[in-house]
Amino acid sequence: MKRTIGGKMISVAAAATFALSLTTSGFAADTVKIGVAGPHSGDLASYGLPSVNAAKLVAEKINADGGINGKQIELLIEDDVCKPEVATNTATKLVSAGVDTVLGHICSGATKAALPIYNNAGILVMSPSATNPDLTKSGEYPNFFRTIAPDDAQAKVDVDFALDTLGYTKIAVIHDKGDYGKGFAEFAKKYLEESGKAEVVLFEGVTPGAVDYSAIVQKIKRSGAEAVMFGGYHPEASKIISMMKKKRLKADFISDDGVKDQTFIKVAGEDAEGAYASGPKDTAGNPLAKMAVQEHKDTFASDPGAFYQNAYSAMLAMVNAIKVADSTELAALKTALQNEKVDTPVGNIYFNEKGDAVGVGFSVYQVQDGVFVEM
Amino acid sequence: MDYFVELLFSGLTRGAIYALIALGYTMVYGIIGLINFAHGEIYMIGAFTSYIIATVLSIYGFPLLAIVILAGLAAAVWSSAYGYTIEKVAYKPLRQAPRLSPLISAIGMSIFLQNYVLLAQTSDFLPFPTLIPDFAFMEPIAHIVSSTGITILIVTTVVMLLLTLLIKYTQIGKAMRATSQDKTMAMLVGINVNRVISVTFIIGSGLAAIGGLLIAAHIGQINFYIGFIAGIKAFTAAVLGGIGSVPGAVLGSLILGLTEAFATGYISSDYEDVFAFSLLVFILIFKPSGILGKDETKKV
Repeated sequence: MKRTIGGKMISVAAAATFALSLTTSGFAADTVKIGVAGPHSGDLASYGLPSVNAAKLVAEKINADGGINGKQIELLIEDDVCKPEVATNTATKLVSAGVDTVLGHICSGATKAALPIYNNAGILVMSPSATNPDLTKSGEYPNFFRTIAPDDAQAKVDVDFALDTLGYTKIAVIHDKGDYGKGFAEFAKKYLEESGKAEVVLFEGVTPGAVDYSAIVQKIKRSGAEAVMFGGYHPEASKIISMMKKKRLKADFISDDGVKDQTFIKVAGEDAEGAYASGPKDTAGNPLAKMAVQEHKDTFASDPGAFYQNAYSAMLAMVNAIKVADSTELAALKTALQNEKVDTPVGNIYFNEKGDAVGVGFSVYQVQDGVFVEM
Repeated sequence: MDYFVELLFSGLTRGAIYALIALGYTMVYGIIGLINFAHGEIYMIGAFTSYIIATVLSIYGFPLLAIVILAGLAAAVWSSAYGYTIEKVAYKPLRQAPRLSPLISAIGMSIFLQNYVLLAQTSDFLPFPTLIPDFAFMEPIAHIVSSTGITILIVTTVVMLLLTLLIKYTQIGKAMRATSQDKTMAMLVGINVNRVISVTFIIGSGLAAIGGLLIAAHIGQINFYIGFIAGIKAFTAAVLGGIGSVPGAVLGSLILGLTEAFATGYISSDYEDVFAFSLLVFILIFKPSGILGKDETKKV
């Protein structure tokens, strides 16, 4: 739909240009439309809203400097509440509104559901946070890029930390049965088994939203695990860790970046002390990262939330690619993303042919006195 | 053996949690034959009310016991007001309509209340204050059953006994039974059926609110969505035990809780829902009206 209309307009414009011997660019639209999709309401809104702020700040700055090759950025913000079934609607809506590229989606499940719709329309999608390995490794989503390292890289960091730094030999791996949590847990299990240093004493999924986790905690206890490795998001993590404390289970808790959120500490309170969670590398030393945080503080009078730096970086990478390619065609953008290095808050990055950013990674954090401290 | 006892108490705690909510489903169904899908939301509103009251009172430095009692009372009154209003607004106008209409109205009410709390309060998870502390005398068996767990077990038992007595021996209980048997006949012998229905909604909602306080204290967190999943499970338990029957709701809840706990403990938590719902299907094949349900030819 979008392409045919665009094509017609381009040919009309081209004909006009030719007739009048004017030298205008081949673009039909006079703005670059960037869709911003993710959970902007619902219980996972805290993962999506920081990306909206990042997109607004970058767009404002680029527009003030004259736009991308003279074109202003227009943001189209759509909510997907992190649900795959809503995400397909969100994607359809954005495609029919004529977006050129999309920043999003935030959750892996929702991203997976939405990608084919964008791909059919030839639209580039860049996520600041969807870490499911399949999204890039399967090769099924040629229009997908991300500015965060995939789960398997994250699971590797967690496993290495648990084995080499903490020295555990018995580990229970628990997940929330979702795309993200289960994906992480399966990789953790694989790396633990491959290492030969530790035994996976339990591998199970829990049902999100259950009223009581005491049975699974009893089971972890019986398995003799020294540590629990959890794949999933913070609401389940805080329930499980509180129940572990209630049942006097002294095992360490190691989790992923779905748990590395201040809400986890707020909800679990004292029970969260000492828990480990991996998250994107602390980039506080990078001047661009400092600047991005300062911009957020100046505009929104608060500290930025989860995936803010990744979203900010994704916006910069997309803007740079559109500028270099002087087009929003998928193929041209892909070439630009793969060949042009760009300075972003998460480092000087470019993308490999699968769509993963080269130059970003994870590190492990521990909750100490109510804040995450990088280990 | 220890492990078995631990799982037994896990299952009983879960069952008691379901029972606190299932009682409201079953009472309403018993009286007007309506599955009140908004009941889970009443439970959620109860949890939010007690959260707000408890937070405010702890700022003023009230003692813990006073906070628990006042928050519980406030939640019960406030949720009852919601239950009463919902019945008047969403169900009463549809009393003569086909059975499907009030059901749809109930689902609408449920979605409305969820989104109302989402907008009026927050989408975030909120940390629920520790209203039930770790009792010192529970410490030796804390690994088997937590203080919150034992509190829920005791409260559920007391509530069920009181409810049974109320229905058996009081005047309003008699009126409830009469209304449940035949609404028209009850009206003809001078029972104020509207009042009986309102009272049923008020009692059911009050129970859900107490449940909200206790369960939130047990889990330690609340958000606008907790009522939905808990409501579905409690509804399943009520159907399992025989919807419309008070002891049936408690029995069904305990069976459901125990099945889930033992399935998790001895097989895998991946399959806890599979076992819970297979059990439901299995029982309904052999006893379509549930374990303690009365056979009724008129069904949806």
